[in-house]
Amino acid sequence: MEPATATAAAAPPVPALKDELDIVIPTIRNLDFLEMWRPFFQPYHLIIVQDGDPSKIIKVPEGFDYELYNRNDINKILGPKASCISFKDSACRCFGYMVSKKKYVFTIDDDCFVAKDPAGKPINALEQHIKNLLSPSTPFFFNTLYDPFRDGADFVRGYPFSLREGVPTAVSHGLWLNIPDYDAPTQLVKPLERNTRFVDAVLTIPRGTLFPMCGMNLAFDRELIGPAMYFGLMGDGQPIGRYDDMWAGWCTKVICDHLGLGVKTGLPYIFHSKASNPFVNLRKEYKGIFWQEEIIPFFQQAVLPKDCTTVQKCYIELAKQVKEKLSKVDPYFDKLADAMVTWIEAWDELNPPEAAVPNGKAK
Amino acid sequence: MSLENIRDDEVDIVIGALHSDLTTFMNEWKPMFCRFHLIIVKDPDLKEELRIPDGFNLNVYTKSDIDQVVGSSTSILFSGYSCRYFGYLVSQKRYIISMDDDCIPARDNKGFLVDAIAQHISNLSTPATPFFFNTLYDPFREGADFVRGYPFSLRSGVQCALSCGLWLNLADYDAPTQALKPEQRNSLYVDAVMTVPAAAMLPISGINVAFNREVLGPALIPALRLAGEGKLRWETMEDIWCGMCVKFVCDHLGLGVKTGLPYVWRNDRGNAIESLKKEWEGVKLMEEVVPFFQSVRLPASAATAEDCIVELAKVVKERLGAVDPVFTRAAGAMLDWVRLWKSVGSGASSLRA
Repeated sequence: MEPATATAAAAPPVPALKDELDIVIPTIRNLDFLEMWRPFFQPYHLIIVQDGDPSKIIKVPEGFDYELYNRNDINKILGPKASCISFKDSACRCFGYMVSKKKYVFTIDDDCFVAKDPAGKPINALEQHIKNLLSPSTPFFFNTLYDPFRDGADFVRGYPFSLREGVPTAVSHGLWLNIPDYDAPTQLVKPLERNTRFVDAVLTIPRGTLFPMCGMNLAFDRELIGPAMYFGLMGDGQPIGRYDDMWAGWCTKVICDHLGLGVKTGLPYIFHSKASNPFVNLRKEYKGIFWQEEIIPFFQQAVLPKDCTTVQKCYIELAKQVKEKLSKVDPYFDKLADAMVTWIEAWDELNPPEAAVPNGKAK
Repeated sequence: MSLENIRDDEVDIVIGALHSDLTTFMNEWKPMFCRFHLIIVKDPDLKEELRIPDGFNLNVYTKSDIDQVVGSSTSILFSGYSCRYFGYLVSQKRYIISMDDDCIPARDNKGFLVDAIAQHISNLSTPATPFFFNTLYDPFREGADFVRGYPFSLRSGVQCALSCGLWLNLADYDAPTQALKPEQRNSLYVDAVMTVPAAAMLPISGINVAFNREVLGPALIPALRLAGEGKLRWETMEDIWCGMCVKFVCDHLGLGVKTGLPYVWRNDRGNAIESLKKEWEGVKLMEEVVPFFQSVRLPASAATAEDCIVELAKVVKERLGAVDPVFTRAAGAMLDWVRLWKSVGSGASSLRA
């Protein structure tokens, strides 16, 4: 299985949402992968969040319009609140969500290349995410033909007409060909397994159902759900890693369910090129594997009061419940709950209501 | 839970014959059907003799058989699409696979004929995972697994009691939808099986289904009959109602429901605009059904499919019966069905297949 090349021919004539979407990329190595995505990404503004050593210079390929933040920038901009942003973990990407001024965010890992569809055509993942976000979701009733708004599809017999308008889509969760997003134990048992199955569907995850949200290939409506996309405390100085996107996904899904927003999963696929070291992963995930047994029931049973009508209010309420119910699992959750509150405070500071601010400056 | 090993002799293929000439249908399916026992139930309203080719191991049931077994003991009408439920009743096998007689094998994306029977068996013999959504769909499929973040305690899954397949060409749309888009045909082959999450409702089409009769049997009910019910799927809601009840029962009993593969190819038939007049009633009813299933709860003491249907029938009569008499009749039919199941379906009978 190979990623796509010669993507130049596949770029759309008019890039949708060109001035309304930011691409947030966390990186600690380099941004070479952007060359491959150029025809699809170049029209858009990039927010690069540089993790690790801030003195390292990360070269951004020519021709991209971007802003770049390293740890020094994060500390300067957030001051003491910078404590909520992870260090030495791709979780730091959520800083990019916070500083973005756009309505939509697409985030992708720097080891994700352009995939090919079964016909061999390069997949414009961004275009598909935009389609997903701009068409409604249907969380209240499952459509057996998957996305009813897709060309050639529709609602099936028995689907209640009153539910066919759907609800706004807050999140579009894409998938990965080649290296699948497995946890460390599965990677150790199946080191050679590759995802070669192209499932040609987008579907809404039903209300009340949780899922593992992967941050490798993800897009969301920042105005609808942004503040819920906090990727937690991971990496340096933290007892856990590789649960950043999971945590954000569980919080996000609970809040979306509460606010009547939709979460889609399925297309688009990207080509995931790098398998991380399973032994390193095991060390990072180890606690998470045990903790998630407590965390999942917590989220499954979480109820948000009716007066939580904004994402921020929902999130603060969740933070309260995390402190109440999960601190006994490990003191980490006490810290995490505090960080969740810090995150919202920082978000609101950087995103005051009614303020329209232009993009940050490129370095 | 472990993988089930389903033997050929544990499976019945049940076909409701709404057409008298089954020659093409049976011959198209022969490579997939020939290993199994078949039950063919003739729609009691069908006047012509059934034409069935040789070479199959089967039992055929007609109006007289139905009358003999069921007689006047029930309000259930086994006519039209509901005739297949008689087959479910008299089957002695653990698993049933059923499809409409206007479906033939589909081809997958590589052009190979899809063995729908084998796929349904595979779906029923591997666990379902209703409590947490796996983003790579069925984790028990070759080349797939649970993704990062999927709780380990939920990875053994639960028994899959129902497998819902899909349709290429003529999709199972309602009449208004197909009438608006008369040329639309489903050509999208989605290569996935997935578990429908617990508490999620869905419209289960009867066109291409399979289930564990032993565990779910009486929960598949021929109960909701529209006043103007006809001989085209657009003109019925019986399977949709049945499916809502079955999913509800599965959720209550902790059983799984899968959807996706296999596809069958559904032949073009009927005129959606003509059918518009007949199905409108069904469309209205769904609006009542959804809030009902969202709020109803069964007592914990309902531990079998039978118990569940009896309890459900009570609530249907109380709450939905007040809204529309069709539900009062449905509730009655549900109780009749359970009674019938107890006397015929689970016990000994000379007419068992």
